[in-house]
Amino acid sequence: METIYTDLLSIGAGLAGERVAVEAAVAGFDTICLSIVPPRRSHSSAAQGGMQASLGNCAMGQGDNPDVHFQDTVKGSDWGCDQEVARMFAETAPIAVREMAFWGIPWNRVVPGKSTYYKGGKQFEKVEAKEKEGLITARDFGGTAKWRTCYTSDGTGHTLLYTMDNKAVEAGVRVHDRMEAISLIHDGETCMGAVARCMKTGKLRVYLAKATLIATGGYGRIYRETTNAVINDGSGAIIALDTGIVPIGNPEAIQFHPTGIVPTHILVTEGCRGDGGTLLDVDEKRFMHEYEPTKAELASRDVVSRWMTHHIRQGKGVPSPYGNHLWLDIRHLGADHIKTKLREVEEICNNFLGVDPITQLIPVRPAQHYTMAGVRTNKDGAAYGLKGLFSAGEAACWDMHGFNRLGGNSLAETIVAGRIVGIKLVEFLKGYEVKFNTQAIKDRVAIDKERIERLVGCKDGRENVYAVRNAMQDQLMDKVGIFRNGKDLQSAVDNLQVIYERSKKVGLHSNGIGASPELSLAIKIQGMLRLALCVAHGACVRTESRGCHAREDFPERNDGDWLKRTLATWKEGDVLPTLNYEPVTKVIELPPGDRGYGSTKIIS
Amino acid sequence: MTRRLTFNIFRYNPQDPESVPHTDNFVLEEAERMTLYIALTKIREEQDHSLTFDFCCRAGICGACAMVINGRPGLACKTLTKDLPDEITLMPLPVFKLVGDLSVDTGTWFSAMNEKVESWVHTNKKMDPTVQEERMNNALAEEIYELERCVECGCCVAACGTANMRQDFLGAVALNRIARFIMDPRDERTEKEYFEVVGTDEGIFGCMGLLACEDVCPKQLPLQDQLGILRRQMGWTAVKQLFHIAK
Repeated sequence: METIYTDLLSIGAGLAGERVAVEAAVAGFDTICLSIVPPRRSHSSAAQGGMQASLGNCAMGQGDNPDVHFQDTVKGSDWGCDQEVARMFAETAPIAVREMAFWGIPWNRVVPGKSTYYKGGKQFEKVEAKEKEGLITARDFGGTAKWRTCYTSDGTGHTLLYTMDNKAVEAGVRVHDRMEAISLIHDGETCMGAVARCMKTGKLRVYLAKATLIATGGYGRIYRETTNAVINDGSGAIIALDTGIVPIGNPEAIQFHPTGIVPTHILVTEGCRGDGGTLLDVDEKRFMHEYEPTKAELASRDVVSRWMTHHIRQGKGVPSPYGNHLWLDIRHLGADHIKTKLREVEEICNNFLGVDPITQLIPVRPAQHYTMAGVRTNKDGAAYGLKGLFSAGEAACWDMHGFNRLGGNSLAETIVAGRIVGIKLVEFLKGYEVKFNTQAIKDRVAIDKERIERLVGCKDGRENVYAVRNAMQDQLMDKVGIFRNGKDLQSAVDNLQVIYERSKKVGLHSNGIGASPELSLAIKIQGMLRLALCVAHGACVRTESRGCHAREDFPERNDGDWLKRTLATWKEGDVLPTLNYEPVTKVIELPPGDRGYGSTKIIS
Repeated sequence: MTRRLTFNIFRYNPQDPESVPHTDNFVLEEAERMTLYIALTKIREEQDHSLTFDFCCRAGICGACAMVINGRPGLACKTLTKDLPDEITLMPLPVFKLVGDLSVDTGTWFSAMNEKVESWVHTNKKMDPTVQEERMNNALAEEIYELERCVECGCCVAACGTANMRQDFLGAVALNRIARFIMDPRDERTEKEYFEVVGTDEGIFGCMGLLACEDVCPKQLPLQDQLGILRRQMGWTAVKQLFHIAK
């Protein structure tokens, strides 16, 4: 077996993984990132809007500071976050943004003088100060008290990722692309690296490392409808869960976005509704004002998503070959407005739908968007349960998002957590030596080789891996989605357990030689089912509503019983995850209160 | 009227000794708003599990899905079947090493390119996290972003006459990258240093001016202009070097 040794092995080469890797490489440590795609294709690039940092340079951001950003983040999380982490995050964000500027990001800058902006379809005026000219500017995002979202046009994630990878190349970080980690090597106490499968040749390879980092992003692809890239299938969470020791934090904390286009679920921005766009049903009639008389289409993300789902369930969806959907109507905003203020939306509609939004309706429906959940770590990014294992970014439950992430805080987390965890990881590496247990390595490789042989040889059956995955996705989408209730959640758990048994009988329909996309999915399908069961079971047991976790049968946020974080582990041979709980935060700077939006019923 | 689409797809698995390069035909009923991402995923999941291709963001952002679509390099995710005839021929990008079927190894090529052109800001300054950022004119930031929009999909390389003939040609993507850093005041590289990277036949002087790069660029980058400007700059630097006055 080909074996490669390195000081730091980062599984994932998106923004968080590469930021940690850069820190280690600059400190002189040998660093390798594994990535299932070339690093610049990582899903970080898709975050278009921007990242939050309280620089307070622009007129509408005046008076902003880390305190305000901290409060917005804690409120946004519905008090589900670790406040110590949220505080570190808010304090470090401005430094991280400036550091990225130093490395080459062409951030948009303050242009002095008068300019106009739109809110709720109305036009307003603002004046930028002369003395702030040329400093990094910011735009408005939901759930924030100030304009705090730094951006580069409509490609913030893209420029961040390219600049970060530039820095990684300069620092000597080696990226092994098309290399997928399929298991962690550990002896129950210490993580020693990973077994990976080359997605060019199909060969297995052992990576031994002093420290291993999971930075594989979210797991949106366990849902049928998601805005996530096709690579976001949770492989990092799966290999962590497979250790039987490392917990997934708050697996049930999943965010949805109201307007994914049908069929591909590419996101169209909330700006459409912000500027006066409306949602229509099968009769081409508005409906949001009936459910939410005051805010109508402008209610918060989760609220709009819930009513859209409800309305489709009432038989008011538009039938299509891709299932029922609703319409987004921005025709009345006019060609001028759409071509200037919503240019990106116009491009998406034309390129990916063949729809002209100036004259036609846009087919939309809510889609899974973000996993607040992830590999549970302490504030230094060290995973619970295994020494030498770390996690950062969307893959981690660090946990600054709690039960709801604010727009612009995801990109910010990648580079802020990357910086903080990177520094801590370097400290760790400096004083640490590991003993590689050859028996543990040999055993792990043997298990993985056998798994693959059984799949290729159809030793356990010939279940179609795509059919199994689709069945899983249907359960999560239909029963563990935007609206949740005990009956549906229990039914999802029961059905997922049956599908889990089916997943053990998967066998390849192709020969599995070489890149083999079918084998790639088949290797992780059981892990995907275990992860799906963590989400469904965790949601079923949590009898309250908090942030994105909305229970129809328990509509109140229950701080008395549920101000705690779910920790899901999976013991070998079990059919359900083991759920444990811990307090959400050791330090309480901002006591639980009303968010000021969404549901206000709270049990204290 | 629903069309029946015929896909002629190049097939070859270089890891399989029994595999020989050939074309397979797949028939699929067209659905409204169908893109090549929807179509190829459907074919793989319903007709042939071994079909290999690359998609990642499926939103035209990541550049993973470039292939030759009816003779022209483009991103499959932003190609609607309604814009294509009943018969659709899909081939992998040339120049890049084949992984299998429609999938090619762009990662190795681009990482070598990024190392070669030293695609990062070269500076002797030290980052001080406690001070305010250096100022930049917003118009300049937007100009840099315009060139930074490249997604390294490989279409410009696949469509390039020079790149198809000589493996060491840097391609429009690399030349555009250098143009981006020349424009950026944070990069302290001198004329001479840039010249060493691109003032050669592997660089700007290898370009034959066919400019298919700009025609096929899915991000509509102004490659023609950038190649022209770079050629002029490097030409001047060459002249200045003759007289030993280049910086």
